[in-house]
Amino acid sequence: MDSLIHARGLVKRFGDFTAVDGIDVDVRRGEAFGFLGPNGAGKSSTMRMIGCVSPPTDGVLRILGLDPRRDGPKIRAKLGVCPQLDNLDIELTVRENLSTYARFFGIPRKVARQRAAELLEFVQLTERGDSKVEPLSGGMKRRLTIARALVNEPEIVLLDEPTTGLDPQARHLVWERLFRLKQQGVTLVLTTHYMDEAEQLCDRLVVMDAGRIVAEGSPRALIEQYSTREVVELRFAAESQEPYAEKLAGLGERLEVLPDRILLYVTDGDAAVAEVQHRSLAPASVLVRRSSLEDVFLHLTGRTLVD
Amino acid sequence: MVTFVLPRLVSFEGMGRRSASVTERNINTLRSTYWVVMVSGFLEPVLYLFSIGVGVGDLIGDIALPDGRLVGYAEFVAPAMLAASAMTGALSETTFNFFGKMKFMRLYEGILATPVRPIEIALGELAWAMVRGVLYSAAFLVIMVAMDLTSSARALAMLPAAVLIGFAFGALGMTISTLIRSWQEFDLIFSGQFALFLFSGTFVPATAYPDWLRWVIEATPLYRSVDLARALSLGPVGWTQALDVLYLLALLGLGLAVAGRRMTGMLCK
Repeated sequence: MDSLIHARGLVKRFGDFTAVDGIDVDVRRGEAFGFLGPNGAGKSSTMRMIGCVSPPTDGVLRILGLDPRRDGPKIRAKLGVCPQLDNLDIELTVRENLSTYARFFGIPRKVARQRAAELLEFVQLTERGDSKVEPLSGGMKRRLTIARALVNEPEIVLLDEPTTGLDPQARHLVWERLFRLKQQGVTLVLTTHYMDEAEQLCDRLVVMDAGRIVAEGSPRALIEQYSTREVVELRFAAESQEPYAEKLAGLGERLEVLPDRILLYVTDGDAAVAEVQHRSLAPASVLVRRSSLEDVFLHLTGRTLVD
Repeated sequence: MVTFVLPRLVSFEGMGRRSASVTERNINTLRSTYWVVMVSGFLEPVLYLFSIGVGVGDLIGDIALPDGRLVGYAEFVAPAMLAASAMTGALSETTFNFFGKMKFMRLYEGILATPVRPIEIALGELAWAMVRGVLYSAAFLVIMVAMDLTSSARALAMLPAAVLIGFAFGALGMTISTLIRSWQEFDLIFSGQFALFLFSGTFVPATAYPDWLRWVIEATPLYRSVDLARALSLGPVGWTQALDVLYLLALLGLGLAVAGRRMTGMLCK
């Protein structure tokens, strides 16, 4: 079986609330697969079901060919999980966090110590090995959590919002480590509401909104399918951007009016800007950029990703 | 039939190993300042034994057992202190500490992402509470023998009894932890625990109370524990003690089952 994660009509309900509303997913060996969507889209609930800590309400879910309802411990033995909120052991040192965690997988003590040392090296925390967890920075804690997720040499690593709350420098360090894992052939499954993260790391992704999958494909393919090559962002110095939308009619393939700016979806940005000037509209600021997943999401749902 | 039984046996084997890994995690934390907590747990029953058993005991003199034998007050109180300290040790580990790990340290969320299951966390934590409890009990028994409050042979018999008492209260404490919502509610537990400590035939025989109250007291877990410890310490041992053991075993089984189930409900939503 080539599909490491296989879901059909997967549903998760909490009482009356439906967090995941019948999704189909297939994750293949060695790929980096992403769930992109805003907060509350059902990404974390999906991850918890895949992590075998939350039983599905309905539908089919197979992980490594096994059924989480029956083989939870067996599946979890082959997963590495990096949760959204760090749950490191504050009573242990950095190094012990890894070696002790390895013991939960039944890894012999000697191997556990050795692997802890290797992983500390991998996430560049060797010098902090004997420190407690608390004084570490957010980025260090996240790297330690990622290292902990690798302690059992997992077949699949689940990363729930791996860089949320980190400063740009710390984010890049995390990305770089994840990229290296990917190169080593580890299957990565991650959730994110950052489109740049999805574009950087994911071979393939699904866009989730309100518990459903609204689009699926590689970042490039999604942008090609749901957006244009370039985007012109126009900001008009006025209370409302609305009146300008009419005056821009016919320009480009599509137009989105946001509270603070208008987005023009076009093939050639510079030509569009020239046309805007030709119509003697005087925007306060003009920005021409390439389309991103943000635009895909906006097109699919009519909303922005990060609010 | 074979296919039905075999996976269960295999998973049970894994269960012991996985539970032990949770206990091991706690042992690893010992290098920090945890020993302070442990010393205080040992001191408590010793202080009670000296202040009340010996101090107040001097004023009281001898006390009559149900079979009419007279024993010194300290001899009467000491096995009750052993039972009470087994209770206190187990409860402090499985209520306060367990609750903190579950709700605030988010420790178990991390552990549950591994093959370890909720019931195995419960078992591992309970085993840990027992490691503590056995150390307290053993130290206390040494003091009892040194003060000539019981014989060495009887002390040896009391150790497994103390372990059973600890296990039963540990399972009870864990169940309570899964039911409790806030730190404030712990005050209620402490009050309940203190009431048990005072009234479970610890300082005064239960026969001293009015009949209705006596029945209530005799149904409490600490009374059954004190009865077991005292019979082992001073004799004679009979059917009532078999009942005590059954009572404690039932409490252990029930507590573990409920705690495991509630933990699954809370942590594996």
